[in-house]
Amino acid sequence: MKLQRKNRLRALSLGAVAVSGALALTACGSDDTGGGSTDASGGAQTAAAGSIACDDAKGEVLAAGSSAQKNAIDAWVKNYQAACKDVRINYNPKGSGAGITNFLQGQTAFAGSDSALKPEEITESAKVCENSQAIDLPMVGGPIALGYNVPGVENLVLDAPTLAKIFDDKIKTWDDEAIAKLNPGADLPDTKVQAFHRSDESGTTDNFTKYLKDAAPGDWKYEGGKAWQAKGGQSAQGSSGVAQQVKETPGAISYFELSYAKDGIKTVDVKTDATQPVKATSDNASKAIAAAKIVGKGKDLALELDYTPTTEGAYPITLVTYEILCEKGNDPETLPAVKSFLTYIAGEDGQSLLSSNGYAPLPAEIATKVRETIASLS
Amino acid sequence: MDITTTQDTAPPPLSPPPAETRQKQAARGATRPGDRIFLGLSRGSGIFLLALMAAIAVFLTYRAALVLTKNEGNFFTTFEWEANGSPPVFGIAVLAFGTIVSALIAMIIAVPVAVGIALFITHYAPRKLSGPISYVIDLLAAVPSIVYGLWGALVLVPHMTGLFSWLDEYFGWTGIFAWQGGAPRSMLTVGILLAIMILPIVTNVSREVFKQVPQMHEEAALALGATRWEVIRMAVLPFGRSGVISASMLGLGRALGETMAVATVLSPTFDINASLLDPGGGTFAQNIASKFGEANTTGQDALIASGLVLFVITLLVNGAARAIIARRKEYSGANG
Repeated sequence: MKLQRKNRLRALSLGAVAVSGALALTACGSDDTGGGSTDASGGAQTAAAGSIACDDAKGEVLAAGSSAQKNAIDAWVKNYQAACKDVRINYNPKGSGAGITNFLQGQTAFAGSDSALKPEEITESAKVCENSQAIDLPMVGGPIALGYNVPGVENLVLDAPTLAKIFDDKIKTWDDEAIAKLNPGADLPDTKVQAFHRSDESGTTDNFTKYLKDAAPGDWKYEGGKAWQAKGGQSAQGSSGVAQQVKETPGAISYFELSYAKDGIKTVDVKTDATQPVKATSDNASKAIAAAKIVGKGKDLALELDYTPTTEGAYPITLVTYEILCEKGNDPETLPAVKSFLTYIAGEDGQSLLSSNGYAPLPAEIATKVRETIASLS
Repeated sequence: MDITTTQDTAPPPLSPPPAETRQKQAARGATRPGDRIFLGLSRGSGIFLLALMAAIAVFLTYRAALVLTKNEGNFFTTFEWEANGSPPVFGIAVLAFGTIVSALIAMIIAVPVAVGIALFITHYAPRKLSGPISYVIDLLAAVPSIVYGLWGALVLVPHMTGLFSWLDEYFGWTGIFAWQGGAPRSMLTVGILLAIMILPIVTNVSREVFKQVPQMHEEAALALGATRWEVIRMAVLPFGRSGVISASMLGLGRALGETMAVATVLSPTFDINASLLDPGGGTFAQNIASKFGEANTTGQDALIASGLVLFVITLLVNGAARAIIARRKEYSGANG
């Protein structure tokens, strides 16, 4: 099965190269539209579309990983390739685990991942990064919304211990005391609670359970990880699958990226240590990332979120996805293109695209650090 | 009187046709270049196929063997799939349970229905009707499984609530049909979906077998005053039994290996639940499809190991089917 898949991938990438080659040729033939277009040998010129510096970037960049950042990457790639016609960015959203595996096998220039590298993965990366190791660059943040379907309840406030009990099958009905206490005045029905989790392994599950473990250690006894560990509850495939179930099933609740909370799915306001419950929005997720600590060593910018923030309006259940690449010893052929692309996406123009897609931009301080690190890559 | 005994007194088969020996001689004494090239080509392809299968088997067994030494849990009894963890812990008990139970439900529903349709087409339906029915059944086989999955998740699942609450009310005491009232995305729903999916192949093969029942048997039975149902019971069904069994095994093979439809409809939990209406279990193929994307090297090897188990189960099922058919050779369509 794996062999077959590889072959298909190879055929696909061959096709992609052929198509992109043809596109590049036609681009050469056509007239330049407007001033400030890119010149491959012209050094740091600014492109028409904002602040995209193509430098001497060219060639095809292969990358793979997290599907959570797929929509952001798609939007970036569209703008970037309009400006830098000599570069093809080919991001395959096959999942964080597969992305890291491909990167550690030297098949891709960078990987996208919903979780920072584990120590053993950093050790393993010495094989592909000559005399150095892989680092995490935070690039996209996003709130993990808790969508619910409780007839008659327009606003729902929950806190970490209650969420833990709901997802651990301890709270059976919506008119449970713990929920009623957090929602005085709400008309809670006695509908059965149907907590849906992901049936596939997912970075979203990983981040959500990290939150439960950290913010409600007394009620969430599981180790956490990409696979769901608690017993009971129901499951469905993919973020779209669980969102679909919430929409259809009365009494359902589940977690997914904010962009899936559409078509009338209501989201839970999370009670934190701050005075007011926090809504799941891009802005509130950015506030939570701003309060995060950098825990990576050296140039590694792995973040640790504060899951029990006291800051007003900081949404604690936030996912940070990283781009992973070598600190030194990146493939010299694709390095200029990778640096130029990452500089664009970590820049103001790149980050400003995010909130319209349900993601959260990086706070200025962290974005600056990310850009400094990108400039120093070799 | 048992009509089928006529089979025992049927004339012995003819001595092997001389054509066969002539072919052998031709193959051995191939002198013309065309013959030799063709011989080489066909022999080469045969050997290549064997080598390819052996290579795949060796590769799979090697990867599976590697990961089994790292497994901290018992591969056959652990109710957990943490193959990406360090140390990895995983077991196939839940998957084996879910795979076999969902396929069994599918068989229990599909085989009688398929045999009924096949009998209707061959023996009851007016000619004008049997054509279109066969055609529609064939069309069912052409629907891609992901489409079945979508249909199952969007149409079948919401409509199962009524059946589930009925089953729970009257048969809940058995434990097998107890229902907690969750979304009806359970083994029973999957079984029903799989039954619809395997219906075409079981129907088609059964229909072909029933069509080959010697006219003489049926006419003899009719001449003895048998009704149409008695004809079917005494002549058609015994003659077609091995064919129906092989048709069922083909369907069972499909049900065991179905991936996307199950992954879309089932609410898999890594747990065995006696109730068919509550979420519980998972299947090998569904588990591989949903876990492969995020799996690291160890995780992939673990999934390959689980795939090997499914392979072995399928082999056993096929072997059993062949054994059953071999025991009833005298009725097989080929000898009729």
